[in-house]
Amino acid sequence: MRLIRELWESMIESLAGLGSVVRFLLRLLAASPRAMLRLDLISQQIYNAGALSLVIIMLSGLFVGMVLGLQGFQLLQRFGSEDALGTAATIGLVKELGPVVTALLFAGRAGTALASELGLMRATDQLSAMEMMAVDPIRRVVVPRFLGGVIAMPLLAAIFSVVGIYGAQLVGVQIMGVDAGSFWSQMRAAVGLRDINEGIVKSCVFGVTCSLIAVYEGYYAMPTAEGVGRATTRTVVTSAVFTLFLDYLITAAFL
Amino acid sequence: MGYAVNGNRPVFAGLDMDIPRGRITAVMGPSGTGKTTLLRLITGQVRADSGSVMVAGEELRGIRRADLYVLRRRMGMLFQNGALLTDLSVFENVAFPLREHTDLPERLIRQLVLTKLQAVGLRGAAELMPSELSGGMSRRVALARAIVMDPEILIYDEPFVGLDPISLGVILRLIRRLNDALGITSIVVSHDVQEISTVADLVFLLSGGKVVARGTPQELQSYPSDIVRQFIGGLADGPVPFHFPAPDYFGELLAREDA
Repeated sequence: MRLIRELWESMIESLAGLGSVVRFLLRLLAASPRAMLRLDLISQQIYNAGALSLVIIMLSGLFVGMVLGLQGFQLLQRFGSEDALGTAATIGLVKELGPVVTALLFAGRAGTALASELGLMRATDQLSAMEMMAVDPIRRVVVPRFLGGVIAMPLLAAIFSVVGIYGAQLVGVQIMGVDAGSFWSQMRAAVGLRDINEGIVKSCVFGVTCSLIAVYEGYYAMPTAEGVGRATTRTVVTSAVFTLFLDYLITAAFL
Repeated sequence: MGYAVNGNRPVFAGLDMDIPRGRITAVMGPSGTGKTTLLRLITGQVRADSGSVMVAGEELRGIRRADLYVLRRRMGMLFQNGALLTDLSVFENVAFPLREHTDLPERLIRQLVLTKLQAVGLRGAAELMPSELSGGMSRRVALARAIVMDPEILIYDEPFVGLDPISLGVILRLIRRLNDALGITSIVVSHDVQEISTVADLVFLLSGGKVVARGTPQELQSYPSDIVRQFIGGLADGPVPFHFPAPDYFGELLAREDA
C-alpha cells in the first residue's frame, strides 16, 4: 500500500515538474520575439554554445567515424559488401550518431556551462539585480542562451556527421582499402533526403530539449554551491535520458 | 501588512511603517527579523499576504509585472554583495540600465557613466572586470549603477558590511550627499548602530515582525524600552535571546552519545 502511495506521489511530482518545464518553455517563447531583436546577444551565445564546442565535437566526430569505418568494414567484409561502407557509415551518422552523440556532448559541455552560469547568477543576486533595474532576466539572459543553444545544436550535429563521414572514409578507404569510387557513389545513391531530414529533425528537437533543460535547471537552481552543483548534474542526466527517449520516438515516427 | 514565507512561516504580522519622502530612513533590527524581506516587499520582489504596501503612490499587492517594472525604473537598489554582472566590465555594469532603457548616444552614456564612477571614486577602474575588484569597490560600483538612472528612491541592503574605514566613510558621505543634492528618498537596512546614527534622519527598529521603536537616532538612544536598549547597547542579555532555542547545555555535553 505504501509502495503504491509513494509511486503515485512520485508520478504526481514528475508530472508537476514536467508542467513547470512546459510553462517555462512557453515563457521563453513568449519573450523570444523581443529578444530576437538583440542579435548581438544571440550571436554571442551561439559562439559560446557552438563555436566553443567545435573542437570536442569535431574530435569526437572523427573518432566515432573512424570506429564506424573499422567496425563497418569488419562486418560488411563478412558478406563481401564492403563497398557499402560509405552508405552504412553515412546513414548511421546522419540519422543516429550525429544528432544523438552531439546532443550528449552538447549537454556535457554547453548545457552544464549554461546551467552553472545561470545558477551562479541566481546565487550572486545578479538576476535579482536585473529585475530591480526593470530588466527582465528571462528576456535579457535566458532567452538569448536558449536560442543560442537551439541554433548551435543542429549546426554542430551537421559538422559532427561530416567529420564522422571523413573519419569513416579515412579508415575504410585509406587504411582498409575500400574502393574510393564505390564508397562515395554508393553513399550518394543510397542516402536520401528523408535520411537527412530525420537527422535535421532530431538535432533540432535535441537542441530545444537540451537547451531548455539547461536554462531551466540553471534558472531555478537553489542559490547555494550545492544547489548549483545539483543543477549541473541534473542537466546532464535529464538531457541524456530525454535525448535517448526522444530519439526512439522520432526514429519510430520516421519509419 | 502581513507576510509569511511560503504562506506558513510568518515574518511580519501587522507591520505598520511610513517612510517619509526625501529623507534617509534606517531600518534596523536583530538578525532574522526580516529586514531584507521588508526590502523585497518594498521593491515588489515578494508580495504581501495581507494589508497594503504603497510605494510612490502605487499599491504593490496585485500590481501587474509591467507596471512594477515601470515603478522600478524610479528605484535603485544596492545589494549586500553588489550583485555586479560578472561578464561585463565596471563601465558596462554602470552603463547597463542606460543601454537597456534608453537610446542615448554613446558619447552621452560615456559621460554619464564616468560622472557616476567619479562620484564613487572609481573612474580609474572603469575598464576592470568585477572579479578584479575588492568587496568594497564592488559595492561602490554597484552604487554608481544604482544611481545612474537618477532614481527617486534608493534602497541600501546592508551597505556597510565588510567595508574598511575609508570606504565606509565615503559610502556614508555619499548616502548623505545623494540624499541632500538630489532629494532622493533613501532606505538603509543595517545593524551598524554607530554608522547609521550619523546619516539617518529617522530610524525604525524591528523585532518579532513588528516595529518596536521609531524615532531619530538621538531619540532611540534614550528610548524607554528594554529591547531598544539591548539592541543599541549591543547587550547579550535582554528580551532578544542570543542563543537559538536548544536543550540544556551541560545536559547535552554530558549525555551519552548513543542516548
